[in-house]
Amino acid sequence: MVDITDQKTRSFPTIEFTDSEAGALEFPSSKSRTYNYYKPAKLRATMYEDVTVDVQPDPDRHLTQGWIYGFGNGPGGYPKEWTKAQSSNWHAFLDPNEEWEQTIYRNNSAVVRQVSLCLENAKRARAYEGWNHAWVTFIQRNLGAWMHAENGIALHVFTSIQRSAPTNMINNAVAVAAAHKMRFAQDLALYNLDLSEAGIDFDGGAHRDVWQNAPEWQPTRRAVEELTAVGDWAELTFATNIVFEQLVGQLFRSELVMQISARNGDYITPTLVGTGENDYARDLAASRTLFQLLVRDEEHGAANKELFGRWLSTWVPKCLAAAQALQPIWSQPAEKTITFATSLDAAKDKFRTLLEEIGLDIPKELDQ
Amino acid sequence: MSRQSLTKAHAKISELTWEPTFATPATRFGTDYTFEKAPKKDPLKQIMRSYFPMEEEKDNRVFGAMDGAVRGNMFRQVQQRWLEWQKLFLSIIPFPEISAARAMPMAIDAVPNPEIHNGLAVQMIDEVRHSTIQMNLKKLYMNQYIDPAGFDMTEKAFANNYAGTIGRQFGEGFITGDAITAANIYLTVVAETAFTNTLFVAMPDEAAANGDYLLPTVFHSVQSDESRHISNGYSILLMALADERNRPLLERDLRYAWWNNHCVVDAAIGTFIEYGTKDRRKDRESYAEMWRRWIYDDYYRSYLLPLEKYGLTIPHDLVEEAWNRITNKGYVHEVARFFATGWPVNYWRIDTMTDTDFAWFEEKYPGWYSKYGKWWENYNRLAYPGRNKPIAFEDVGYQYPHRCWTCMVPALIREDMVVEKVDDQWRTYCSETCYWTDAVAFRPEYEGRETPNMGRLTGFREWETLHHNKDLADIVKDLGYVRDDGKTLIGQPHLDLDPQKMWTLDDIRGNTFMSPNVLLNEMSDAEREAHVAEYRANGTKVA
Repeated sequence: MVDITDQKTRSFPTIEFTDSEAGALEFPSSKSRTYNYYKPAKLRATMYEDVTVDVQPDPDRHLTQGWIYGFGNGPGGYPKEWTKAQSSNWHAFLDPNEEWEQTIYRNNSAVVRQVSLCLENAKRARAYEGWNHAWVTFIQRNLGAWMHAENGIALHVFTSIQRSAPTNMINNAVAVAAAHKMRFAQDLALYNLDLSEAGIDFDGGAHRDVWQNAPEWQPTRRAVEELTAVGDWAELTFATNIVFEQLVGQLFRSELVMQISARNGDYITPTLVGTGENDYARDLAASRTLFQLLVRDEEHGAANKELFGRWLSTWVPKCLAAAQALQPIWSQPAEKTITFATSLDAAKDKFRTLLEEIGLDIPKELDQ
Repeated sequence: MSRQSLTKAHAKISELTWEPTFATPATRFGTDYTFEKAPKKDPLKQIMRSYFPMEEEKDNRVFGAMDGAVRGNMFRQVQQRWLEWQKLFLSIIPFPEISAARAMPMAIDAVPNPEIHNGLAVQMIDEVRHSTIQMNLKKLYMNQYIDPAGFDMTEKAFANNYAGTIGRQFGEGFITGDAITAANIYLTVVAETAFTNTLFVAMPDEAAANGDYLLPTVFHSVQSDESRHISNGYSILLMALADERNRPLLERDLRYAWWNNHCVVDAAIGTFIEYGTKDRRKDRESYAEMWRRWIYDDYYRSYLLPLEKYGLTIPHDLVEEAWNRITNKGYVHEVARFFATGWPVNYWRIDTMTDTDFAWFEEKYPGWYSKYGKWWENYNRLAYPGRNKPIAFEDVGYQYPHRCWTCMVPALIREDMVVEKVDDQWRTYCSETCYWTDAVAFRPEYEGRETPNMGRLTGFREWETLHHNKDLADIVKDLGYVRDDGKTLIGQPHLDLDPQKMWTLDDIRGNTFMSPNVLLNEMSDAEREAHVAEYRANGTKVA
């Protein structure tokens, strides 16, 4: 029998019924149950708006004492001068994806499950053993090289930008883009690890030399490195998501890998790369909305349009050079189901459509 | 994933970085620290493939609990005294969280170690999680708690309130100035490693004792991410320690960061825990006892002291003085009294104190009653409108305090107040260390070396200056702290929701609010000296 004579008396707080539920009494503001310091885009505020708007204060809105710390060489907070782009209301931008913590983890976890299941099934089915040598080399070299670009953009483009934009809505959307890129880059790296251990003739370390030295990849590496060197956050967003991703990222992922993998006996790679495409579609939607707003801005739209035109003339040639240099890799697979010209035309067409949606003129370099 | 697979996976992921040859990443945020001799420290084996499902699972638990709280009528048993203070706390904390996300690229810029960049980027996503999950918790409170006023204007109130500004340092300090000072020493080495213990563990425990189990649910989930952040901070700290030139800066930043965190966090969390609770069991830990456990033992003795083996001078004197302020100088009680004095310009209600409260305070802080008891009795006496002004405008032996120019908590330990002319302005400071922070540390030169990247104290730092010589009713109206009938104040010095007992704009009109700093700067030298002497002496007077 258990001895219960020497038990220590436990101390615990007592429950008290306070009747502090909503609606228990009527008094001034007893029904004021919406955040009332901002105007939602539609009649009813979304969850996204409620958890995002005005969390980053702004002296132009409610912040009365100003920023209380400054940098050694300038004001603190989020100076609007950190980009040459201008807006009569930066707060008008709302992320069309409405990303907040639940969407971030739900969406990315769904991708993780999709990728994990795909890779497990591939191992079980010995899917890689059926690949021909040319395809193994293609993946080893080119997908291997590309994952560097994704990782560089994650850490030194999007992570970097999210300190700089003047509103929480822009910065959070970019932070989510960084998370996408980082996850996708790692997925490609871990795929590389799987292939190294799959019992096929796959050199898991070859990607480093290809990225660092292979002539066809150097203009792409140059473009990525030059992107990371841009200090203006809006230019960086524009050059990356509007130009580079269209002319190089989509060209490689969507217009090459997604088109040719199946014909080369590979049903695994498109599943992975498709997740990156899906991420980009979401992130592009946010960037498109942002730059549309800036171009349509009644006060600054014309100046912004001119500015973006200059950014296009800087970045389109660099990205086209990167795209052109990649041409040899279209010849590497055994099954060449699509030509470089077809892929590039498709990428350019999408890019033109995107620029039209934003309201920008089509740069002449695209027609050359 | 097995440990072996994790190690292999992490090694593979580290292959993603490369040495750029065409261009290097832009350095947007400078530092005066150097990392040329730094060993490469890789703190965090975090892989996104495991990170996202782990966080999703944590989220599911949080949202399940939130659902359960609503279904189970948690708000039948929530103490209003407690939840009112959450209107202040939850207006502040999402900004520091999101600021921590914004700080990560500053650390990435400053630290030339690709191995650590991965961990810092993951922390960025964590912080977005924390900020938005906390905003959502607040939304639930607004929807379910009896009095939504204050929650409903939360981010506006945070941005225009005197207490919100105190809290804002906790976020702005992460994102401004020298990248290592801000994003590493202030944010990670001190704020996250030391003070999240009281913020995210001790305070939620008190919430549970007051019938609110959602605050612990959300904040313990947040805290479970902090260990990874602490690891990030420690790695960068060790890298900085590898270069002797960094030592004076580290020692400067530890002093500033420790003291500012103490001033800000202990003021707020100490008040919430001691004055927001209805749990007056004698064996319930006081804030001082919690501080001893979480900050003194767990942080100072276990984390800071071992850094001495690297030759770093630890600010022992400031740790001891923080403890001294909490236990002997009544720091938390002074702050609580100040918040209660300013109730008309609050967006939360502050309960009166009872004999049970008095007895508990006397038990935990002997001598409390003789110093503060009378004032709280006056607070109780003056709680309702009609026969008296707000307590700040009645003679209850309390002089409205000067604001500390640096930490923005007033100089409440009056005998310690420092008054100096800095940048051509007479400024008041709560302590010698806050004076040193403004006059010595946050300057472009430190101990004979140039520190161009160090931050500056800016802005309208004395909140009262903005409202000098205005009628209190107009100030409250301008701030927007008025309920939806257009006249009843959000802040009240009691918890009674009977409209007849609630203060309105008419009840407070006719009281002119003056800025102590403006008045100080208008005084002659002799007047100022006399005023300061009297102010300092007031600290020892029994009210």
